[in-house]
Amino acid sequence: MAHHEDTYKPGSRLEQWLDERLPALRMMHGQFVDFPTPRNLNYLWTFGGILTFCLVIQIVTGVVLAMHYIPSDKMAFDSIEHIRRDVNYGWLIRSVHAVGASMFFLAVYIHIARGFYYGSYKAPREILWILGVVIYLLMMATGFLGYTLPWGQMSFWGVTVITNLFSSFDAVIPGLGTKIVQWLWGGYSVSGVTLNRFFSLHYLLPFVIAGVVALHIWALHVVGQNNPTGIEIKTKSDSVPMAPYAVAKDLFALFVFVMLFGWFVFYAPDYLGHADNYIEANPLVTPPHIVPEWYYLPFYAILRAVPSKLGGVLLMFGSILIWLFVPWLDTSRVRSARYRPIFKWLLVLFFISFVALGYLGSQPAEGVYIFWARIFTLYYFAFFLILMPIVGVLETPSPMPRSITESVLGNKPAEAVMVAKH
Amino acid sequence: MNSAFGIAGFARGMAAICAAAGASLLIAAGPAASAGGEAHIERQSWSFAGIRGKFDKEQLQRGFQVYQDVCSSCHGLKRVYFRNLAEPGGPEFNVEAVKALAASWPNQIFDGPDDQGNIATRKGAIIKRPARLSDPILGPYDNDKQARAAQNGALPPDLSIITKARGVTYHGNVIGHIGSMLRDVVNGYQEGGPDYVHALLTGYKKPPADFKLAEGMNYNVAFPGNQIAMVEPLTDGRVKYQNKDVPQTVEQYSTDVTAFLAWAADPRLEERKNMGWVVMLYLLVTSVLLYFAKKRLWSKLH
Repeated sequence: MAHHEDTYKPGSRLEQWLDERLPALRMMHGQFVDFPTPRNLNYLWTFGGILTFCLVIQIVTGVVLAMHYIPSDKMAFDSIEHIRRDVNYGWLIRSVHAVGASMFFLAVYIHIARGFYYGSYKAPREILWILGVVIYLLMMATGFLGYTLPWGQMSFWGVTVITNLFSSFDAVIPGLGTKIVQWLWGGYSVSGVTLNRFFSLHYLLPFVIAGVVALHIWALHVVGQNNPTGIEIKTKSDSVPMAPYAVAKDLFALFVFVMLFGWFVFYAPDYLGHADNYIEANPLVTPPHIVPEWYYLPFYAILRAVPSKLGGVLLMFGSILIWLFVPWLDTSRVRSARYRPIFKWLLVLFFISFVALGYLGSQPAEGVYIFWARIFTLYYFAFFLILMPIVGVLETPSPMPRSITESVLGNKPAEAVMVAKH
Repeated sequence: MNSAFGIAGFARGMAAICAAAGASLLIAAGPAASAGGEAHIERQSWSFAGIRGKFDKEQLQRGFQVYQDVCSSCHGLKRVYFRNLAEPGGPEFNVEAVKALAASWPNQIFDGPDDQGNIATRKGAIIKRPARLSDPILGPYDNDKQARAAQNGALPPDLSIITKARGVTYHGNVIGHIGSMLRDVVNGYQEGGPDYVHALLTGYKKPPADFKLAEGMNYNVAFPGNQIAMVEPLTDGRVKYQNKDVPQTVEQYSTDVTAFLAWAADPRLEERKNMGWVVMLYLLVTSVLLYFAKKRLWSKLH
């Protein structure tokens, strides 16, 4: 754990008794009260807390929904309608869970983008970053499994399309892909058996996520937070204790975020969903356009941009797995893109191409859409595999402040600044 | 910087490509999107749309009348229970009237085998009992096969969530699309489904001369592919409203029955929006307080 002063004083005899036997409160105090946070963090650093909140909300609402939901191909759709109509506040709990998935992904994309921009993946934060990518992959799996559960047309056909992707491995070893797909389905087609196992896994994975989140936070508290300058904390004046400073900021940001969340829950609960998922699953009728939820669209665009099925599948998975290698693909010694005049714009272009791929993923895979999906896919991979390693070597960084304190207060000597007494 | 010039040049090049991408999407999206043959759906001014939208009780009552007199001869409403018709936030009919309505509803309830274990009468008819408040509003068919047999192979869908199960596709360029999405989120507009149902009900027109209509099908401008099995259901004056001030036209019937179906699909709409204001107000006030608390706390540092 990061080194900082331990100011924990057991307040009562009970706390003292506990402290001598299991110093859990001491640890919590050290990690979430005394913990030094860089004083120059901007609001992009509040999304870690927001994401923890999202996970808790999804688990709590999910547990309640599971009390009323029936994971059967005959009853699933009806049970969701039952929840919407007849369960006390069922409409609210379901909307929070459904909108919550979107909000979770919105927050995680901002969180990841922040990591990219300020170089939060660089030494000594490689493990922290990799754990983050693992959490994101688990989130994608959980979100996908969860979208199956209403057993609407998009649920059914989404599962059919996505699980069928694995059949492309038939091109590697004949029969391998088909075997994998049948193993996932639990039969020869998507059926109630598939729904049952997806429900089981959808209930399991969030707890796995919670476990990896614990590791993610542990790793964070060993290396400390990055900050907009990318310069490590050097002196005491560079940081403030987490409580009350960072906590106050996180709470404000969380409430603003929950306002956006609430806006969708109360005024546009169906806006982020698809109308076809209000039609019960029918294996005999294929919807005209099968589209995944918005948060998968960039990857869906990459999948469809490739003329070969196996190639598309590999590129789609590769587009996320490549994040695991970013700490080593980026050769620059400067962390923050703030001081990287060229990389900064290449990164902005990367963000633009990611959003553009999202838009293209929502459109039919034809004509001009395919053309641009290919261009942006090309840039997506060129950014990581060519630009990131080369720019890091060639670029001349712009002048940087000497410390976090200097970046906040200019050249005033640090001693003159009143440091808040904890 | 010389060595980096090439990269900066590349960055400018990519920016140009990006701009070109946007421009070409602007130009291309229009025709590509309309290739699906989906018609432009006109937005209606629904009383229940938007962040302050509420159902118009009398409109819901008229809409139910249209459903009862016209739609219910083919379509069921199985997720709506008779009791819902008397609950707050809906048409709010008198409970006694709804009881009587349920008892006289022609499509009765199959409630399992009778005391002797029979499910059918000696003549072969399924044993049913009259509906009660706690029963669903059923359509005329016992199952989909019976419905198809009676309807020339077509299946009249259950209408309980029809306004949620339909939507409209945006026609236009990327920029317009993004603008329209943002406007809808800010205004809380998610009434594409009702817009479509209204357009469908008023969309029966004479087919163009070169249009080949299949046997037993009807031309409809809103329906994807323009061929629909359902015969034009509404005609002016077909439903007799008690309130003579309300026009008895296809347009009015369509609006009323769509509003009723929107309620049927989202019976908690009013409860949801009412609670929304309380929650949003709480969040707003707390956010403001948290902001000033944070500001005051941090002001000691700078």
